[in-house]
Formats: sequence, C-alpha cells, structure tokens
Amino acid sequence: MTALVDRRRKNRVPYLLLIPAIGILVIGMGYPLIWQVITSMQEYGLQQQFGKPAPFVFLDNYLELATNPQLWAVVGKSIAFCLITAVVTLAVGVLFALLMNAVGRTPRIILQISLLLAWSMPVVAAMTVWIWLFDRRRGAVNYLLDMIPGVDMNRFNWLESPTTFFIVASIIVIWMSVPFVAFSSFAGLTQVSEEVLEAAQLDGASARQRFFGIILPMIKPVIAIVFLLQIIWDLRVFTQITMLQDAGSKSSDFDLLGTYIYKLGTKSQDFGMASAVSILVLAITIALSWFYIRSLLKEDEQ
Amino acid sequence: MRARTARTLLGALAIVIALVWVFPVYWMVNSSLLPNVTLQSFIPTFLPFGGSLNNFTEALADGEFYAALGMSVSITLIAVFFCIIFAFLGAVAISRFRFRGRKSFIIAVLIVQMLPAEGLFIAQYKMVASVHLLDSVIGVSVIYIAAVVPFTIWMLRGFVAGVPADLEEAAMVDGLSRFGAFMRITFPLLAPGLVASGVYAFLQAWNEFTVALVLLPSEAAQTLPLWLRGFVQASATRETDWGQVMAASTLVAVPVIVFFLLVQGRLTSGLVSGAVKG
Repeated sequence: MTALVDRRRKNRVPYLLLIPAIGILVIGMGYPLIWQVITSMQEYGLQQQFGKPAPFVFLDNYLELATNPQLWAVVGKSIAFCLITAVVTLAVGVLFALLMNAVGRTPRIILQISLLLAWSMPVVAAMTVWIWLFDRRRGAVNYLLDMIPGVDMNRFNWLESPTTFFIVASIIVIWMSVPFVAFSSFAGLTQVSEEVLEAAQLDGASARQRFFGIILPMIKPVIAIVFLLQIIWDLRVFTQITMLQDAGSKSSDFDLLGTYIYKLGTKSQDFGMASAVSILVLAITIALSWFYIRSLLKEDEQ
Repeated sequence: MRARTARTLLGALAIVIALVWVFPVYWMVNSSLLPNVTLQSFIPTFLPFGGSLNNFTEALADGEFYAALGMSVSITLIAVFFCIIFAFLGAVAISRFRFRGRKSFIIAVLIVQMLPAEGLFIAQYKMVASVHLLDSVIGVSVIYIAAVVPFTIWMLRGFVAGVPADLEEAAMVDGLSRFGAFMRITFPLLAPGLVASGVYAFLQAWNEFTVALVLLPSEAAQTLPLWLRGFVQASATRETDWGQVMAASTLVAVPVIVFFLLVQGRLTSGLVSGAVKG
C-alpha cells in the first residue's frame, strides 16, 4: 500500500482527505460532547435558560446523582432490562442459527425471509404494530392468549404495571434484534468445516460433544461480538420506551436511562443534571465498547 | 430413517417459527386492508377478505403525510449525499495512506460510532437551538451526517482496501496520472461499496427517531417517524383508527424493507467481520 505514496505529498494528502469527515464530526459530536462535559459540572437549570450565568459546581451534579435513589432505580432497571433482553436475544438467535443449519433448504429459506422482514421493519412502524397487537381490548395477543383454556387475558392491560410494561418492551426488542444475531451466528456456523465434524463423528463424538467441543469454540468470537453489541444497543432503548409510554403511562416508574435523560432535559429543564447522566451513559458505553473496538482494530492491522 | 424424521420435524419447527416471527409484519398489512368496523370488533380478523385500500387513501387524505414525506426525503437526501462523499474521502485516506495519527483517527471513529444518540441529544439540542436551526432540515441533517459517517468510513474502508493498489500502479505505468488512475480504475470497482453505504445511510436517516424528536419540536416540521408516532400518541386519549395507523405504518415501512433486503448481507458482515474472518 505504501508503494503508492508519493513521498513529496505524503504528508498532506491524507489529512486533506480527512478534513470533511473530521469537520462534521467535530460539529455534530465533538462540540456537543465538550459542551456536555462542561455543563455537567455547572448548575444549569431553568434560570440559566433565561440568560443567568451558570455557576461552576464541579462534581456537585455527579455527587447529587450518586446519592439520588431515583437515578439508581433507573440505572438498575436499565441494566437488568439490558442484560435480560440481550441474554434472551442471544440464546434465541443462536438456537435459530443452529436450526437453520440443521434443516433443509426450503424451510431454511422460509425462516430466513421471515427474519429478514422482521429485521427490516422501521422501529416506529414496528412499535405501532406491537402496540396494536397488545391493545387491551382488541389486540390479537390478548385474544389468542384468552383462547388457551384456563387463561383469562380478556382486557388485560399490559402497559399498566411496570413489570408487564417492560416484558412487552423486552419482547419487542428481542423480536427486532434476534434476526441480526441469528444471521451473524449462522454465518459463523457455515465457517465450521464439515470434514472436521464428520471426522469427530467417526471417532465416536456424540452430537452434544460435537456442539460443545467443536462448534461452540469455533463460533465463540462471533457470539462474543454480537452479545456485546446487543448489550450496548439494549442499554440505549429509547424509541420503544417512549412509544410504549405514549400508549400507556408516562410516570417515572416506566423510565429507562434514555427516557429519564429526555425528561430531565425537556420537562425539568435541568441541563446540568441531564448532562451528568448523559456522561454516565457515554462512559458505560465506551467501557463496554472497548472490547468490540479492539477486535475491529485487530482486523484493520491484518 | 430416524435422522430423516428428525430433520422433517425440525423443518416443520422452522416453518412454525418463521410464521410466528413474521406475524407482526403480516398483521400490519392485514389490518391496513380491513375497514375500521371490522377492526373494532372484539374478535380479530385474521385474513383480509373483503379488504380495500380505503385506509391508505384516508391516511393520505390530510396533507400531513406529504409534509412529513417531504421533510424525510429532504433530510435523507442531504444526509446520504454528504455522508457518502465525506466517508469516501475518509476511507481512501485510511486505507491508501499510512500517516501519523492514522490509528488515533480510526480509534476515534470507532468510539464515536458507538456513542448513543441518547447520551448526546441534550447537548445537540442546545447547540442547534443556539444557532436557530431547530425545526429545520439543516440542523437534523448535520447531526445525521455526523452520526452515520463513522460506520460508513469503516464500511467503505474494506471496499477501498479490496481494490489492489497494484491495479492503480499498472495504470500509472501506462501513463495515467495518479488521480486519473484512481478515477478510471478504482472508482468503478467501488460502485457496489458506495451503493451499500448509501443504502445504509438512507436507512439510518429515514428511520431515525430520537434526534428528530428532540430537534424538530414543532408539529409543522415532522419527519415520517414522528408523524407516525403522533397516531399512537393520540390513541391514549381517543379511539384509534388502527386501520389508518397500520396503513400509515405500511407506507413508511415498504421502502425501507425493499432497500434493506438489497444490502443486508453486507451489513451483517460489516458489523462482525473482524470476528467472522477470525
């Protein structure tokens, strides 16, 4: 690659090429990020909106957050929601990949088309459908569950209690995320060599042994990456929660981190605290992303 | 014989799962075709017999859909156009040159790519408001370009690196300038990559909800996702016309589904390629 580089212009050309990208990133991400770090250390509430200077309070916002039980409840809920959803998504996705690998061509293609359709649904459109499906009076979900003998789900309001609210949210997120996990794991499975598996079978390895001894170690890198991405994505669910709150209740019992920050900023106009919580979210994300970024960097070096 | 039965059973299971998973998509289209009277019944109608396109004409009847469509199309076109150009130049820089700061730039791009909109929207709101660009196409577009450029650079980098530099050199030996060699040899080979990245940027901008919600507070400047959300918001207070909502959702979803199916293979491999190649 370096062979192409014209020595005299070597130092200038790549930097010129990067100007537009760096410029837009500085405007769209860098400046807001710096503003946010500064504001998170200021008292920036309603009065500051009307021009009063914002006094520096350094880490006071963070200290206030650390001692705020409501925030900890939201953080706890977000982490629990994110972990449960990501684990179920991963399990279901890998099982679907194994299923695709085990069945013949026709059922596999039918399953793949179905997953692709679910995957491609725009999130807002998917949310309207799911809210309609879970509608308490005329929704198909309550109707179908009610048909099971002994189950009385007629007019059950899923969005009324936080537990069932988050179960619905989790089901929707899982529905949307499983296709990505399934396709990625399936791509990993197709890399596992048939010959190795056959040889193991000839040597008397059971299906179970072949799965845990050969298949799983070979697709482990893919699964690790996919799981990490799921955790990062599930930590930031915002659209789904906002739209479920539209259809149900906007009370803070139904908040996860995204909606919590949004309400701090728009309703309470407390930009200092909102910035501090945002920084917390960014810090968690970057910490989690580091492994993912490292694996991508390794690919770049090859 | 036993193995064959097992395979058939698994095949049947796969088809059942396929039907369950696609059901919400089917339900959207099915409900969009049924008259509201049918949907108001307490017993769901599972097949759209006697359906019509009335819901679509009604959903389109008030001008709001077209206004939102105009907004979405303008923002998406601007975002895709600039994103592709910026990302293309960036991808050429990092895959064709070794320079000081290259690795730092790549790390920065990868980190920025992971930053959630939910962690920055308060600051982006203040910034856009301070230059009086709330409710404008430009304000949202700038944030979208910044959000999509990192992954697009990463995606295109693979395509640029895939075109051997030897080809360019050979063309230069044959008398083409460096720029000429790049435009005549490398650029055409990159077309599939540019299309894939363009579609990726399109999907991101077209579907985006969070940033649009924050930066477009006025009802007069809604994108399609915001417009669609308005239907559900209203449903909490009055009887929802689900037929119309589903018709509206179908209208928003169909172009996305079509484009998505075109590029999904590349998207999957782009996100996990490091691990798959192993």
